[in-house]
Amino acid sequence: MPPKIYSTNKTMTSPQIEIQLIAAVVAMACAIPGVFLVLRKMALISDAISHSILPGLVLGFFITHDLNSPILILLAAITGVITVILVEAIQRTGLVKEDTAIGLVFPALFSIGVIMIAKNANDVHLDVDAVLLGELAFAPFDRFLLNGLDLGPKSLWIMGTILFITIFLVIMFFKELKISTFDAGLSASLGISPLLMHYGLMSVSSVTVVGAFDAVGAILVVALMIAPAAAAYLLTSDLKKMLLLSIGFGVCSALLGYWVAHWLDASISGSMTTVLGLVFLFVYLFAPRKGWIAVWYRQKQQRTEVSLLTFLLHLNNHSEERERHINHLQEHINWQRVRSQTVLDLALKNNMITISEEIVSLTSKGKEFTELALEYILTNRDEKIEPMKDDFFLFRG
Amino acid sequence: MKEQPAIQIDDLTVAYNYKPVLWDIDLTVPEGVLMAIVGPNGAGKSTLIKAILGIIDPIAGSVRVFGKAYKEQRKLVGYVPQKGSVDWDFPTTALDVVMMGTYGRLGWIKRPGNDQKKASLEALEKVGMLAFKNRQISHLSGGQQQRVFLARALVQDATIYLMDEPFQGVDATTEIAIINILKELRKRGKTVVVVHHDLQTVPEYFDWVTFLNVKKIATGPVKDIFNDDNLTKTYGINYKVAINN
Repeated sequence: MPPKIYSTNKTMTSPQIEIQLIAAVVAMACAIPGVFLVLRKMALISDAISHSILPGLVLGFFITHDLNSPILILLAAITGVITVILVEAIQRTGLVKEDTAIGLVFPALFSIGVIMIAKNANDVHLDVDAVLLGELAFAPFDRFLLNGLDLGPKSLWIMGTILFITIFLVIMFFKELKISTFDAGLSASLGISPLLMHYGLMSVSSVTVVGAFDAVGAILVVALMIAPAAAAYLLTSDLKKMLLLSIGFGVCSALLGYWVAHWLDASISGSMTTVLGLVFLFVYLFAPRKGWIAVWYRQKQQRTEVSLLTFLLHLNNHSEERERHINHLQEHINWQRVRSQTVLDLALKNNMITISEEIVSLTSKGKEFTELALEYILTNRDEKIEPMKDDFFLFRG
Repeated sequence: MKEQPAIQIDDLTVAYNYKPVLWDIDLTVPEGVLMAIVGPNGAGKSTLIKAILGIIDPIAGSVRVFGKAYKEQRKLVGYVPQKGSVDWDFPTTALDVVMMGTYGRLGWIKRPGNDQKKASLEALEKVGMLAFKNRQISHLSGGQQQRVFLARALVQDATIYLMDEPFQGVDATTEIAIINILKELRKRGKTVVVVHHDLQTVPEYFDWVTFLNVKKIATGPVKDIFNDDNLTKTYGINYKVAINN
């Protein structure tokens, strides 16, 4: 159980503000590399890194006896990059696929770390629980002192520095990150080495994971990297906006998570991750274009439109009245009554048919539409249906 | 000094996991030709292009572009990768993809500005895709995506163009658009090397051809060497195509 930071009055205490500040900075620093990991389909690598840095972390701790030491962060980050190299080496043998290689490497390294902790449990103030879940609530107790002057929590300085470097790198190398992620082949041919970008991203991710790990732990740091990016991916088709949205989701979830933890008297990192999960779920359901509801609605519309087109083609092909009788829909085309009614209504609403004495006829607009649609289906040329796109979903990508 | 060929390949061997994909290739691409590279699946056609561009390291041999190593001549070479080699769900627009063609000349860190944007818009217009400049790339048809790739290569403003199956899976509109661009490039004295699948159209579209199947079978002007003999040697079966002069 992490200790609680109580406020006895209504205003926030200084540790409370500091914890939220750290949480927000961690969320931002994680969200940025997370976007590129998601776009490179390497989300699992962040999971691997977050676990396999443990031996580096423990080793660093033996040497420095300080979880926030830059040497420790560097050592752990190097373990992270070694993980990536190992995974790629195993993958290159061609004997196993990438996911298997990841599954082989990180438990091995993680378990080495666990044994190292267990073997030295007596001298080391480091336990597996803290490694897995982090101790954000403790963060304000470890102060950054300079000549006796209190400059705030140490982890805020560390994560702040990591965040600053990350933002600097993303701004400097935005175009290189974009092209090497989208088209590694062209990138290589232009002299922008995808390998260099890959290991650069892996190094930044490793450093971020190590820095964030103190606050949120090895498991939850993955959520902070992946969930905001995954949610942003569903909402935008612009890389810059995706980055900004991810940062926004990360920070909001971190702050909201903190207050949920406060109200429920529960783990801060656990609440932050839960909120992240809920944010993703919400976006997944309600995203305007790629969301589940939007897709479901679009597919339903498309089904209706295909039915409409089938119906119009049928009318176009048959001049005899028997084939155009309103009851014929149920009998011959074999549709259920509801669908028939929907299709008839849609065709009527768009002035494509007229019905007189239960006999359906195509209007001139209906004829024109049918012919254009036929031509589109036969030639697959977009300009044929360009003017109809506003009325119908049917031919939208 | 004698004029250098556009591309000179000597004794090039490339292997994946110790299995040779290209074996001891000697190939000269003269300046100003429109060359098709043909061969069966797995013949190493894409690998040859990637080896020229330094994307794959050969285990032996050398590639010279106008007499120098490719690394020194990057800016002279434009590249159209296979359409399937990228993720078209990537969050970006058609214009943005075309702008990527300017990154090589810009070099590291420098960002594209108005000049690059203007050039990219012109390239989009050339391939008939200006109206789609702000369209998300996943909402383009296959042919439109291919034209965006072509526009991106045009923006590279190169002297040599290497294209990996630009005609694959495209509609008639796109095929015509690509041919027109190829012809225009030839008119401007550019050298174009195209990995090509449709043997029927080789004599119509290209003036040079290279037959490849792990080893080089033949290379030369289409009118001299595009015959049943070389086709049979390349494809292993008695291959007959209608060749109009």
